[in-house]
Amino acid sequence: MTETATRTVGTSVKRTEDARFLTGRGRYTDDLHRPGQVHACFVRSPHAHARVLDVDGAPAMAIPGVVAVLTGADMAAEGIGGLPCGWQVIGKGGVPMQEPPHPPLALDRVRTVGDAVAVVLAENRHAARDGAEAVVVDYDPLPAVAHVADAARPGAPLVHDDVPGNVCYDWDIGDKAAADAAFAGAAHVTRLDLVNNRLIPNAVEPRAALGEYDPADGSYTLTTTSQNPHVIRLLMCAFVLNLPEHKVRVVAPDVGGGFGSKIFHYAEEAVVTWAAAKVGRPVKWTADRSESFMTDCHGRDHVTTAELALDAEGHFVGLRVRTLANMGAYLSTFASCVPTYLYATLLAGQYRTPAIYAEVKALFTHTTPVDAYRGAGRPEATYLLERIVEKAAHELDMDPADLRRRNFIQPDQFPYQTPVALAYDTGDYEASLNRALDLSEYAIFAERRAASEAKGKLRGRGLSCYIEACGIAPSAVAGALGARAGLYEAAEVRMNPTGSVTVFTGSHSHGQGHETTFAQIVADRLGVPMANVEIVHGDTSRIPFGMGTYGSRSLAVGGSAIVRAMDKIIDKGRKIAAHMLEAGEGDVEFSDGAFRVAGTDRSLTMGEVAFQAYVPHNFPHDTLEPGLDESAFYDPANFTFPAGTYVCEVEVDPDTGRVSVERFTAVDDFGTIINPMIVEGQVHGGVAQGLGQALLEGCAYDDDGQLMTGSYMDYAMPRAADIPDYRFDFTCTPCTHNPLGAKGCGEAGAIGSPPAIINAILDALEPLGVEDIAMPATPLAVWQAIQDARAPARAAE
Amino acid sequence: MYAFEYHRPSSIDEAVALITSDDIQFLSGGQTLIPTLKQRLAMPDALVDLGGIEALRGIRREGDHVIIGAGTRHAEVAASDTVAGAIPALAHLASQIGDAQVRNRGTIGGSVANADPSADYPAAVIGLGATVRTNRREIAGDDYFQDLFTTALEPGELITEIAFPIPEVAAYAKFAQAASGYAIAGVMVARMPGGAVRVGVTGAAPYALRATALEVALAADFSPAAAKAVTISADGLNSDLHATPAYRAALVSVLAARAVAACGG
Amino acid sequence: MSIALSMTVNGQHVTGTVEPRTLLVEFLRETLRLTGTHVGCDTSQCGACVVLLDGCSVKSCATLAVQCQGASVTTIEGLANGATLHPMQQAFNDHHGLQCGFCTPGMVMSAVDLVRHTPDPSDADIRKGLEGNLCRCTGYQNIVRAVQAGARAMHTSGGG
Repeated sequence: MTETATRTVGTSVKRTEDARFLTGRGRYTDDLHRPGQVHACFVRSPHAHARVLDVDGAPAMAIPGVVAVLTGADMAAEGIGGLPCGWQVIGKGGVPMQEPPHPPLALDRVRTVGDAVAVVLAENRHAARDGAEAVVVDYDPLPAVAHVADAARPGAPLVHDDVPGNVCYDWDIGDKAAADAAFAGAAHVTRLDLVNNRLIPNAVEPRAALGEYDPADGSYTLTTTSQNPHVIRLLMCAFVLNLPEHKVRVVAPDVGGGFGSKIFHYAEEAVVTWAAAKVGRPVKWTADRSESFMTDCHGRDHVTTAELALDAEGHFVGLRVRTLANMGAYLSTFASCVPTYLYATLLAGQYRTPAIYAEVKALFTHTTPVDAYRGAGRPEATYLLERIVEKAAHELDMDPADLRRRNFIQPDQFPYQTPVALAYDTGDYEASLNRALDLSEYAIFAERRAASEAKGKLRGRGLSCYIEACGIAPSAVAGALGARAGLYEAAEVRMNPTGSVTVFTGSHSHGQGHETTFAQIVADRLGVPMANVEIVHGDTSRIPFGMGTYGSRSLAVGGSAIVRAMDKIIDKGRKIAAHMLEAGEGDVEFSDGAFRVAGTDRSLTMGEVAFQAYVPHNFPHDTLEPGLDESAFYDPANFTFPAGTYVCEVEVDPDTGRVSVERFTAVDDFGTIINPMIVEGQVHGGVAQGLGQALLEGCAYDDDGQLMTGSYMDYAMPRAADIPDYRFDFTCTPCTHNPLGAKGCGEAGAIGSPPAIINAILDALEPLGVEDIAMPATPLAVWQAIQDARAPARAAE
Repeated sequence: MYAFEYHRPSSIDEAVALITSDDIQFLSGGQTLIPTLKQRLAMPDALVDLGGIEALRGIRREGDHVIIGAGTRHAEVAASDTVAGAIPALAHLASQIGDAQVRNRGTIGGSVANADPSADYPAAVIGLGATVRTNRREIAGDDYFQDLFTTALEPGELITEIAFPIPEVAAYAKFAQAASGYAIAGVMVARMPGGAVRVGVTGAAPYALRATALEVALAADFSPAAAKAVTISADGLNSDLHATPAYRAALVSVLAARAVAACGG
Repeated sequence: MSIALSMTVNGQHVTGTVEPRTLLVEFLRETLRLTGTHVGCDTSQCGACVVLLDGCSVKSCATLAVQCQGASVTTIEGLANGATLHPMQQAFNDHHGLQCGFCTPGMVMSAVDLVRHTPDPSDADIRKGLEGNLCRCTGYQNIVRAVQAGARAMHTSGGG
């Protein structure tokens, strides 16, 4: 990277986007008011499963202010398609996954509570809701199945009549024979049944969508709470509304958090866009939180059985995993790849386990669709591995850190091909482990445990050594695994005539701070002040086609695309400078924001070159075009593999079952870091979500498919007082295959933390004989586990 | 929210006169009522806003009682020197209701009238043996809570103030539900002048009530160990996602012990 | 039924005509177009809508506009002194106390009220004091740092 006097990469530059957010000038979708806009309110099913016999909108039309009632039949009559899935999984025996239709408004059947059957448009929010309540829907309720294990049972109610056994796919990976052989010869086998609890993402900004139609040119604009506006435009135009994409602009303005839940193409986006043309007025919809609970895609929801085989020296020799994954009622945009390619491919973890075999059966249920949520598959893999490794250590009476150390892939073994498809490029797992143990004062834990005991509390400690595959791309790998789109990223870098820079990126920032981080990269490389760099994102009419932000990919993939575009800017600038300085192109060097003729004092700044690029009077037009504006599409050679070690210490109150996280240490290897402050913030947030999963958050349905945790009154979100002060550090092995050396940091915290927390609780409860605890480890769950462990002891007395 | 009419009287008489049907409701701080209306779980024809009635507000000491006007906000009770001086447990209880913003709006009268089974104030009304004063009469705390969201209040009857006897010592221990902040169980333990022990429990049962087994045990031995040794029957206790009856029963003993400890017992 | 409403918002006298069922936050966002105050839930738990009502932090989604007749309301838009950020706003920038920015207005308003009651808050005071505000991005640690720094700066600047 170019050395300049204003070098910012690697420093904690304060965020430029903060100014508007701190003064109330952020512009989120619901902040927009269009002249003449109508408000949309959806009529949603109260039943998890029912036939829809009739939808009567006439009573709603009688409500003052109601403008229109539109139904699934109205959409079907115009040939509107269903919401597509972007990733095809091919199951055992080459059987492709089942993809039942998902109409934006239900037709003759509803399959989950919250399924929309109609939309009411009205002059204001209140009238729209009054109207939605007045629509008369004649439902014939049918039996429902909510839980994935129940959906797999013979005779379970079918979610889709033509999907036998509710099976979306039955898929496997790895070498079964090798794994079976490893178990046959194992000295010890550790077994574990576990559930990865279903979560509701809960970005604090509810989803919203505003559709507009301009009859003058037949164009549409959709403003939506999305992490990837180009993907939404592609899916909505090509599969749902059958619109030419040059007539459709999708804008994702400021977005109030996503965590995966705003990746997907949702029915409401298509409905408001379509309805805007239908009624000739802008149509705005904003979810209320209850609607978000019902309709934002949920996350996780796995039921798994795992077995780890070890030899007599404690080396892992084999791993077998069987997982049932809940897809919900319909296949969401990326749902199918989460429990397969983002999950089972990570089951090697940081370890040299030579034989791994995993089977994943994905099932439909009468629940909200399940798709990627922060970490997406990787938290499920990490939770499984780090729970079973810790359990094996306890069974073998080994120090959990030592058992891990004994099995780590060593630094000299990279690149390392795992038995489950991925090839890790680099890492140093022991370095992170050692740093985390130091930072957590692992060696003097006994003192802290004694202090807790003196207060009547039980103290426990748990480890988690996670790895994740990030920077999601590369297109060739993703395509081979079933992705229906390439997962590259695009960037355009435009030098403006007076030397400022506008960067157009396909990545989208909804909290990640790209306007700062990307500007740092650009400022350093082009030698211009950060204040002269503007990052443009989130508007398909301005930015090149890009795949958006998810899977911790923005910097590693989107940032690399910007670097590639800047390389082209510098190359072109060198040609211009050579022409202006009457030097050979090969003699012109670029550094510190200036083009210099080697060995002379002749130079031009980037700004001077940019100016000349736009006002050329004597360019040799056969070899040098005017302008200084370059695009690049970056498709990485491999995933990136952030990894690290988390250490958690908890105190358990045995009387109430309350767990408090007393100490949490995170040491992460994210490769090269552009802005440590922002990266640390990402880990803080990720760990909080992992803590939420481990201790607080559990989406619950009853057996009839009614959502029991449908509001913040029952779904517990982490609050400030639930979170400890983190201890935090980095180690660094730069990514070997992208120009930034960066790996991605957005999901690590959510991936690595749950097993550390649960391991710590089990460590604390071990003296009481508690061997297992399910997430979330609520006070009730912990108290109950203690009672259950005591009961046999009492019976024996 | 469904549409409703709105009145803002400035006197108690005016307010009561506006309640001309069962479909007209008082609005105090609104921290429960407004979210309920937003969810369309209630459809009143009109709301009578008590916020303009100065006579409903204020905290004063009258002999061996602290009197709190029904319109007094939780934050005012939590910060009151009068309350802190006479019944610090009550100030402490008020400081644990909801969150800072709820405490800045919500009122004691609204909470006690609503009689949520998991609200905090009912534990104090029962545990301290308070008297609920209305525009018509005085109701003994022990007679006030009758069932889930059901009280002795008659239609159109308005709580004007609540009189709390000053205990010799008292403490409130709460175990909050992680999502809502309401009490899974909350226990107010008080030793009154003369040595009588009262234990008021909220959250555990459909309505706040006295835990007589704890009162008997603590009258004999006012110690945490004595409280913890009491086994509370789980029969009839609330069951939900967050707590089983057995768990609530266990918590009541544990919280009572902690309250006694906080009393210095 | 419509009611004529008048109040002071960010120092400006404002009037409007509202249905009784209009929430304060709806009046701010939709009538006055002060969209800095956000709505993140419908059970008054997330705190994205917190504003100061006669100096006290309240949830504007659990307050009817008509209850604020004659009152003085301060929203996030009214906190800065011209181009100079309020010390609490500045502290959130300095300590990376925000990511997506959606909870931020409510968080800052709650923090300002917290410091009013607790001039020198401890870590625990802040965590307890912010129990009415949800943030899904930051994990709260940097918010706690920001509020501590903001509290100190509010003293130095004479109460902000």
